[in-house]
Amino acid sequence: MKTTEAKREPLIHISGRPPMRWSYALLWRLGAIVASILFCMLLSWLITGTNPIDFAVTVVHASFPDDPSLFAGRFWPMLHDLAILLMLSLAVTPAFRMRFWNIGAEGQTLAGCLAAGACMKLLTGTIPDAWVLPCEIIAAILAGALWGVIPAIFKAWFGTNETLFTLMMNYIAAQLMAFFCVLWASPKGSGNVGIINQSGAARAVGWFPTKFDIFGATIENDYLINIAIAGVMVILLFFYMVKSKHGFELSVVGESQRTASYLGINVRWVTIRTMILSGGLCGLTGLMLTAGVNHTINSTLAGGNGFTAVMVSWLAKFNPFLMILASFLVVFLRRGAKDLKSNANLNLDESFSDILMGIILFFIIGCEFFIRYRIRFRHRASAQPEKEVTSRA
Amino acid sequence: MKKLVALLLTIALCLSCAGAFALEGQPVAKENVKVGFIFLHDENSTYDLNFINAAKEACEEMGVDYILRTNIDEGQACYETAVDLVAQGCTIIFADSFGHESFMIEAAMKYPNVEFCHATGTRAHTEGLANYHNAFASIYEGRFLAGVAAGLKLNEMIDEGLITAEEAKIGYVGAFPYAEVKSGYTSFFLGVRYACPSVTMEVTFTNSWYDEAMEKEGAISLIEDGCVLISQHADSMGAPTACEEFGVPDVSYNGSTVDACPNTFIVSSRINWAPYMKHIIEATINGEAIEADWTGTIATDSVQLSEINELAAAAGTAEKLEEVKAGLEDGSIKVFDITTFTVNGETLNSYLADVDDLGDYVPETEVILDGAFAESLYRSAPYFDVNIDGITILGNN
Repeated sequence: MKTTEAKREPLIHISGRPPMRWSYALLWRLGAIVASILFCMLLSWLITGTNPIDFAVTVVHASFPDDPSLFAGRFWPMLHDLAILLMLSLAVTPAFRMRFWNIGAEGQTLAGCLAAGACMKLLTGTIPDAWVLPCEIIAAILAGALWGVIPAIFKAWFGTNETLFTLMMNYIAAQLMAFFCVLWASPKGSGNVGIINQSGAARAVGWFPTKFDIFGATIENDYLINIAIAGVMVILLFFYMVKSKHGFELSVVGESQRTASYLGINVRWVTIRTMILSGGLCGLTGLMLTAGVNHTINSTLAGGNGFTAVMVSWLAKFNPFLMILASFLVVFLRRGAKDLKSNANLNLDESFSDILMGIILFFIIGCEFFIRYRIRFRHRASAQPEKEVTSRA
Repeated sequence: MKKLVALLLTIALCLSCAGAFALEGQPVAKENVKVGFIFLHDENSTYDLNFINAAKEACEEMGVDYILRTNIDEGQACYETAVDLVAQGCTIIFADSFGHESFMIEAAMKYPNVEFCHATGTRAHTEGLANYHNAFASIYEGRFLAGVAAGLKLNEMIDEGLITAEEAKIGYVGAFPYAEVKSGYTSFFLGVRYACPSVTMEVTFTNSWYDEAMEKEGAISLIEDGCVLISQHADSMGAPTACEEFGVPDVSYNGSTVDACPNTFIVSSRINWAPYMKHIIEATINGEAIEADWTGTIATDSVQLSEINELAAAAGTAEKLEEVKAGLEDGSIKVFDITTFTVNGETLNSYLADVDDLGDYVPETEVILDGAFAESLYRSAPYFDVNIDGITILGNN
């Protein structure tokens, strides 16, 4: 921030601040969330007359119901949403570390969903049932990796802009998905594929299992495998980025490609390898969505998580463990906002919950600004001039 | 030893029978009946509003508890919501959109003691689940009646010299190109032609149930294409408001749009869902089984026409509609009478429809009976998916 010599000092003076202690930063963030909810409550009270208490209770109960018997339809789906968002945040992170701005997670996930759904649809009945799921796993990861590596190849050899390229790949994936949804719609023309392998002899072929025998006790849970995969991935990704040689190479390439070349790092190969990993993880998430939970394909399966993941990854400063917290935050508020719109008694319509989500995200991202910069007004600024600090947190 | 085994087996058999009976026909006290409703959109959608009003009416009249959940997508969200409604103590779950079906079936499999009722679905009769049911109504009769009103309007326009008989071209904004929508616009068209023989129709699809901008755009492009009257089977106010702006007469669906379109709205047909909802609540209270398929009719008050807007409708519409309605009820008029339409220039003497929607796309049921297409006979949801002469489908199909 450079201030030019002026007769009058500017009214607002923005300067960097020294890195904040993490506990203060956490307080700022928590404060931002509370403030955003309070602001949303106030807004909906003023506009629609919704009782603020009902509002808050609805938001909290959407994920944490007061009655344990309601956990099946609320708490577990919330954990699952968290797992999916977390997976995608983890997926984009290695690429971000090397400053490859992969905003194509949405498309890479859809590619995975489509590949898994296609295997389920086409292979069931032609190969032994037990083989369908392994085929799906391979196909989904390959499809995601393919969708990720195409922009990487173009970037590595032709220097194309990866942000635009990965973004455009999203639309290709979504349209490809839409094409197959029309092709496989049942009945024809309804645009609705429905649950694949739902009834008859082929019931649940190619689906993740939902019943587990653990030490003799039978546990039935629709979401457990997906949540477990996300949990394991957090740890793996942490070690990959912090402890492995690959992780080191990533950050060097991110800091300076020249330096990387001098160090003998093959920048092209690192770019491609990382995008195979990033896309492959998205493909795996697509598999989790299609084979794990939804058992169908449609172009909204990724549900915008691929884009939200970019924000989560940034908010967590590329730290896998902080990503759990950041994803939880987003998912908790998102489910709350969703419940607000589906709770017919509150009389809030669909667009209103989108507005609320926008406000909440604005607060969350906005608070990062206050954590990094200090704002002073004229009279205070002239009273105690302070040395500028350039912070790169 | 043998005797003992026989005795034990007999006891086991009796017990299992008793268990089965207990499950089948146990009446539920009225105060324990709670109905959970899953709607695709909210009151802004004419389609969902029609369901929401019926749900409130039925539950309040029957004096049972209910929960309404709006804006539930046609995906895993539907299943999650059903699970949540069961956890909240609902004994009947009702969903209103076609795409909810497989997720409702999934929930029905998980909770065999809860009744799952789904409007517009096709699979209850093939799934064989005791607690999963489909419902629809013979709305093709309602659309036929609305079509007659439109035909009378066209006649009036011809008589007034506003258009020639050859220019009597109407437009239709449809959602998805499959049986439910095709049956709807074909019955509407046959109704129009019943009154105005020279009519032709153009159909455009939006491939979405609710997309106000696209529906409006579709209606406008039809109007610009020379259509002099518009109807629709999509759930927003897009088409009716376009008609009001262009001053083109409109026959809407799912309820009257006269408030927003006072100059162009003629009449609207709709399914009144309250009789079915009362029916399932009653069956649950009495411990009776709910049928796999239930088709409402004019007689059950499931098929209704809105008030006719005298400002836009042709003179004498109400009388003519009463006459045709009586004809439909006594069977002297059949909507899909094969003498009233042709397919590629030929009479449809035989047609196999895909009634058992197993995802194999194989039509298996002969549906031409007694000189008419027997719509909604073998299952409640429509299966008329024939492209008849006189109707042109524009753009994507």
